[in-house]
Parts: sequence; C-alpha cells; structure tokens
Amino acid sequence: MPVKGLKKTGEYFDSVTLMLVARSLTEMEGVEEATVVMGTAENKQILAASGLLLDEFKDATDTDLLIAGKAPDEATAGSVIARAEELLIESKQKKASAGEHLPRSIEGAVDELSGANMVLISVAGRYAGDVAMEALEKGLHVLLFSDNVSIEKEKELKEFGREKGLLVMGPDCGTAIINGAPLCFANVVKQGKIGIVAASGTGLQEVSCIIGNQGEGISQAIGTGGRDVKKDIGGIMFLEGIKALAADGATEVIVLVSKPPSPEVLASVGETIKDISKPVVAILIGGDPKVMEAAGALAARDLERAGLIAVALARGEDPAGIEKALAARSEEIKKQASAEAGKMKEGQKYLRGLFSGGTLCDETQLMFKDSLGPVYSPAPIDPDFKLDDIWKSRENTVVDLGEDEFTVGRPHPMIDFLLRKKRIVEEAKDPEVAVILLDVVLGYGSNMAPGEELAGPIREAKKLAADSGRHLAVICSITGTHKDPQSRKKVEKELKEAGAIVMETNAAASELTVAIVKIRGGK
Amino acid sequence: MVDIAKANEQALKKLLEARPFWVDIQPAIECVPGMKKNLILHAGPPVTWERMCGPQRGATIGALIYEGMAKNPEEAEELAASGEIEYDPCHHHDTVGPMAGIVCPSMPMIVTENEVTGQKAYQSLNEGIGKVLRMGAYDDEVIERLKWMERVLGPVYQKAIRKAGRIDLKNIMAQAIQMGDELHNRSRAASYILFTKTAPYILETLDQKKLPEAIEALKFMEANIHTFLGFAMTSAKVSLMAAENIEGSSMVTVMARNGTDWGIQVSGLGQEWFTCQSPIPEVLLFPGFTKEDVGRDIGDSAIMETYGIGGCALAASPAIVLFVGGTYDLAVSKTMDMYEITLGENNVYQIPSLDFRGSPTGIDILKVAKKNLPPFIDTGVAHKDAGVGQVGAGLCDAPMDVFKKAVVAFSKKYAKK
Repeated sequence: MPVKGLKKTGEYFDSVTLMLVARSLTEMEGVEEATVVMGTAENKQILAASGLLLDEFKDATDTDLLIAGKAPDEATAGSVIARAEELLIESKQKKASAGEHLPRSIEGAVDELSGANMVLISVAGRYAGDVAMEALEKGLHVLLFSDNVSIEKEKELKEFGREKGLLVMGPDCGTAIINGAPLCFANVVKQGKIGIVAASGTGLQEVSCIIGNQGEGISQAIGTGGRDVKKDIGGIMFLEGIKALAADGATEVIVLVSKPPSPEVLASVGETIKDISKPVVAILIGGDPKVMEAAGALAARDLERAGLIAVALARGEDPAGIEKALAARSEEIKKQASAEAGKMKEGQKYLRGLFSGGTLCDETQLMFKDSLGPVYSPAPIDPDFKLDDIWKSRENTVVDLGEDEFTVGRPHPMIDFLLRKKRIVEEAKDPEVAVILLDVVLGYGSNMAPGEELAGPIREAKKLAADSGRHLAVICSITGTHKDPQSRKKVEKELKEAGAIVMETNAAASELTVAIVKIRGGK
Repeated sequence: MVDIAKANEQALKKLLEARPFWVDIQPAIECVPGMKKNLILHAGPPVTWERMCGPQRGATIGALIYEGMAKNPEEAEELAASGEIEYDPCHHHDTVGPMAGIVCPSMPMIVTENEVTGQKAYQSLNEGIGKVLRMGAYDDEVIERLKWMERVLGPVYQKAIRKAGRIDLKNIMAQAIQMGDELHNRSRAASYILFTKTAPYILETLDQKKLPEAIEALKFMEANIHTFLGFAMTSAKVSLMAAENIEGSSMVTVMARNGTDWGIQVSGLGQEWFTCQSPIPEVLLFPGFTKEDVGRDIGDSAIMETYGIGGCALAASPAIVLFVGGTYDLAVSKTMDMYEITLGENNVYQIPSLDFRGSPTGIDILKVAKKNLPPFIDTGVAHKDAGVGQVGAGLCDAPMDVFKKAVVAFSKKYAKK
C-alpha cells in the first residue's frame, strides 16, 4: 500500500497538538494509517514498526516534523500531507488568537501566576527530568505527565523532592485530583474526606469515580507513576503520599491503589501505615492482602470494594454491610447471566475484553483467573497464556489497547477509539465469542463522545452475530461520574440504546462476564 | 568561579541607573571619538565595501557627495571602493546609526551624556521619512536636506540646547511610553514632548535676522515623526555603555545589523562581535512592494530592544500594532515573551496596560539559549536596493545563531573558572 511522507525541518509542535492532528488525519476517507510526529529516535522506531518510516525520515532529528500517510492509492496518501499542513497551521492560529499569553518556561509561568506551588510537566521525556528538577529547585510540587524518563532520573527527582518536602507525581503519571481539580486523565469528583495514593492511573480513576458516585468526595488523589512501587524507586512518593494524607486535616480515610509492589516496598508501606491512626484501605491488584492486613489496613479484593469500603468508613458505617449488598447483587448478576447465556448459540463461549485502562484489564484478568483460570493476553498473568499475535484473539482473551505496541503513531485508546472500534467488529465475526467486554473511561483528557463513538460498532457487531443466528453480549463498564464533561448518564443511555449491557463498575461487568462464560463452558 | 547572577545584577543595575541627558549638538568631526576626514561609520557589525548591502552603499555614495569628496555617484562609488575611505561600525565610536547608519565628518550630531558615568553617545539628526540617506537614497534632494541640516537645523538646535544646558531624555521617554510610544517604530509622543521642551529655547536664542530659518527648523521638527529616534537611540547606547565589560555578565550590550550581517556584543565578553547572516524580515509591506523587494535586516536601532524598550515595550504601544500587522493581544503576548529572556524589569519605563509593570530589560544570552526564544525587533524594513526607502515594518526575530555563538564563547571563558 502506498505511503507518502514529508519531513519539515525546524518546525516544532507539542505532542498533544500532533496527536489531535494525527487523529483527524486517521479519520479521513480511505486513509489506512496516518501519523504526525517529531523525528525523535523513539518516534522513528514506532514509525518503523508500522511501516511508515520512509527513507527520507531515517536521518531525521528531534527538530524535524515527520508527516506520513498510508492509503490504498497514491492520491489519498498524498492528501494526508496537505491536510496535515492545514491542520497544523490552524492549531497555531488558534493559539495566537486565544488572547491569553502562554508562558514559555516554568520561570515565565511562575512569574505570571505568582503563588502557584505546583507544576504539570508534559514535554519530551529526555528533557522532562531536567525541567522537573528546575521546578523542584523553585519549590514547586511536580506532576510529571511525560514518560520516557530514565529510572535513574526518576530516583534523583524523587529523592530530591522528598528532601525538600515536595511531591513528585510521575513520570508517566496520568491521573491526579489536587484540591478538587482533576488533572490529566481524571474525573470530576466533589471534594471530600477520602484521600487516595495510587501507582495506577485507571485504578485511581475507577476508585475515585465509585466514591463520587456513592456521594462521597476526594480530599486529594495523588498519582505516583507505576514505577514508584518498584524496587529501584522504593516507593519514595507512594510513602510520601501516604504521609501527606496522614497529615492532611481534610483526609479522614486513606485508600492505596497499586499494581503489586515489590516485596521491599510492600514492607515499607506496611511499616508506614502501622503508625497512622486514620483508617487505610488497600487494593493491591494481584498482591498479597495479608501484609496489608497485618499492618492494620483493610485489604480490598477489587477496585469497587476498595471504593465502597472507603465510603463506608468515611460515613462511620461498618464495611461488613458491603459484602451483604454485593452478595445480593451477585444473585442478580447470575440471573442476568443465565438470561444472556440462554439466548446464545452452540459454540459461543469465550470472552474478548478490549480495554483502554491497563489496571481495569488487570482486574478482569485476575477475576477470571480466580474463577475460570487464566486468559490470553499480550501481558498475561500466567506466562503460558501470552498471545502470539497481539492482533489475533484466541479463546478467552483480554487486551489493553493502551500498551505501547498498540499506540504506535496514534493517541491513547481513551482518546482515539479507532482501533477498538475496528476490533469490536472483528471479534464479532468469531462464532466462538460469547461476550465482548469494554471499559469506557470518561473524564478530562478522554474522548468527549465515547457513547457516540462506540454505538456504531456495537450495533454492527450485534447485527453481524445476529445475521449468523448468534446472540452476542456486549458488556460495558463506565468509569466516570455524572459531572464529567461527557456525562455518565448520557453515555450510559447511548450504549444501552446500541444494545450494550452497562454495568456500574469494571468489577461488576467482569463478574457478569465470568458468569456468562462459565455457563457457556468457555474455560 | 565567577558569579554570573551577581555579575548580571550589577550590569542591570548600571543600565537602570543610567540617566541620559541631551547636552549638545556638534559636528561629528569635533565630537565623535576617532572620527577623521576619510572615515565613514556604518550601522551593524564590521563590513567591507565589497560586502556592503545596497542601502549602505547608497548612503555611503550620498555621504561622499555631501562631504564634497565626489562630484557624482560614479565618482563616489570609485572612491568608496578605492581603499582611500575607511569604514568602521558606529558602535566602535560610541555612535548608533539608524538603518544604513552612515555617519560622515560634517554631520551635526546629537550628543547624549549619561550623568552617572559621564559617558557620551552620538547620532546624526533625523532626516524624516521618504527619500533619505539612511535608506540609501543619495539624489540632490537628499544631499540638499543634509546641507540644510548642517547649515540651519544643527546650529538652531545647538544654540537652544546650549541655552537649556541639558534636557532630561529619560524623563521624556518615561512619559512617552505612557502616551503610546514604544520608542523604536513609534516615537511620536516623545517627539512632541521634545518639541515643547526645545521650542522656548529656540525662541530665546533666536537671531532676529534669521527668523525664517528658526521657523523652518521648528516646522521640520514638528513634521518629523521620528525626530526623537536619535535621542532615544543615543540614550539607549550611552546607558548600555555603562553596563559593558562586566566580568561574568551574560547581558547583551549591543544588537546591531548592517543589512549583511546581524551581530551582538555581550557585557562579559567585551567588544567581541558574534555575527551571522542578517535574515530577510517577514513583515507587513507597504502597498506596491513585494517580498522580492525586502532587504536584509538593517540598522543600529535594535539598541532600543537591547535597552529594554522598543519591541520589549510593544504592549505599551497599541498605536503601532496595526502598522506592524498584528493585533493588540499579540503585542501583549510578545512583551510577555520578553520577560522570559530578560534579567529584570525597568524601574522607569512602565507599561500602562500591564498595570504599570516595568518593561522587560536586559536580554540574557543564557536565557535566550535555554528557552530557544530569541528577542524580536520592532523594526522598519528597507528596500534591498539603494535609495528606494522603507518598504514595510514589522516584528523580526533576532537570529538564534548569534546567541548560540555567544553562549559558546561565554562558556569557554567562564566554565570552571
């Protein structure tokens, strides 16, 4: 298939602008793939992987803008470049006419907004560390959205931050709620009594939304970046975050959310919470709950329970009541499952989980493992279940489309639904598929119309199945609140109208899925 | 190890403390240091006759005719190339020249003194707009006007200023910035203030027999919207001279262009020039001109931005914004950008629309390099050929190369010291 490209020297655009432009290009009629990136080594690797690294791109440097389009015919591929140039000019004009001056550096930003004590940094990874250090030296807390920061630099930043009493959230921190303000990918949750420290972005989003939807609020939600709880970093900011919430007058309950920390970090977390008088709820996905319990924390089995326990504690209620309520819901889910399963055709037995949130994908994997056994995935819990080809599902399969190999030259799947939309339809063609499971993550930063985006492919998938005499269950969970810009209510309505079953949490959606697959014999 | 922050603090202090006064008018040969009969001064970094741009060549031809050293352009060109004429940057002689910036021995010069240091800086009197020597024009009309300025305007001014003793230019500029001037592309308010301050002394020193000449001088002064530019540029130059040669300072003390090269000097690096090719400005063109007509960036007037006004104070001058093809928001944004690369805020020049914040002052090569953000010049643009004149005006970024070169030299000199 023809690929057309253009290298422009000396033009720089930030990655968010480029992602938005790339998205518009991908949506052009007849265009197979399109990308607009700066010519960094990492980006060139990505282009190479997707067959877009033209010869003239090979010697490109950080300051070169690379535009490429792939389409069935030369003219369409060429039109990508013209359109990209138009869109890039538009993006500049928008900024110029905004009327508000954009600072050019941290120094300039602090100068314009005196009294600011925190900075959100999103620059190319190799520079991000130095920029963050400059911010710390100026006495600013840091939220480092950028990834590709070396682990050595991360450690240096976090040690320096700890010394100065400053938080370093990230690198690769995608979510935080500070003083009521949702940052990066975060949801609109009112201010309240529950504080969160999380080494997992979507884990933080799911727990904070459950709390918000129950009517409670968040004091502070501190993201640390996933690497913080690894041995190399030693949980520096995870521990500092816990201490900060322990000292915070507005926080009455502390929730810890993380993928499994290293044993050393787990032990330090245990040590730290021992001395804290406030109740601590911990959800360490796939981790050993005993260590947390030994340290006096309430270990939750899933993200939903973590949120609900925190809510109960904040209200001074006994968390024991939660299990009762959830048991009642499980009965409902079982009924719903047999109703769905009863409509299915012989041979329909497997799950295909298409996720945009990594932690949610992990949670579903764990719930399957506990009841039906491991599932296939590009990043499985059981190494024997690694997918040979990430683009082809087999038996029970879950994929996190936010993994690097899927985000080649395109925005994150929470923003860009293209890949998921295509794959929903692909999976529906497989007669062995009983359930397609989707997470729909709302909030700032995410796609603004996920209901509209998904409704089409969901209808198409269900129709494809129906045309072959099958009943396909499409189950969605929504991570979001009614106050989110997309509106949980509206998205729920759109998905239901398209024929999807909408569950309140990923845990509930996964439970329903497990129940259906169990009935269908898909183990 | 040299303390750069401290050195810069000192440089900025000297710049801000400077108090420029207009003290005299004298012929170049009598006041400009090192001036001699066969010397032609020009704007920008050093350049030979061979490499000179059109406007500077044209102005040189005009100067040689004006000085009576050549009868016609052909003769003048031959003489200019003969080796008998020496060329040197204005900046090497405490002088600043707008556009082509050609100065020759007989021209009456504004003499501006920094009261704090006693240093003086010089510029020829402004000729107005249209066909003028500084744009490279050299026909009879141009030469006649220069002769008139030497014969009439210079002496009228000289008598007046000598009677007044001195006129505080910093005070005029501070007022003018509150009245919509940024003092590079627009100095209308300052020109009027200077007129009102000077007129009484012109009348007081009036030779009754020469009344028509005094009226001519006053009319010329009133009609020329750029009357004040030379006073502003000499004020800037003499103030920056106070901040030169401060060991360890990364503050820019000169930015200048000659239509061929673009150059800067840095306080801690003495009088060394860091140069590169002068860019062709992308500006709003007057009707009838095209991109092909535009000459490379030219003139010593970038001293205004070096001084912390001109483009740095663009937000103070809504009136100039249309002229340079922008919006008022853009002007504010451009001034805000300059705070990013300057060492401090001016104590005297305040921008009303920014709640009287001091204008961004003292360009720092280290900040420019770190933020990859060059200063910009709020400039007029000449035709590439001699004698055609101004073709447009606009905002022109300084080339990053000169700052990069200066930073390399600065690092070599001061690293690990």
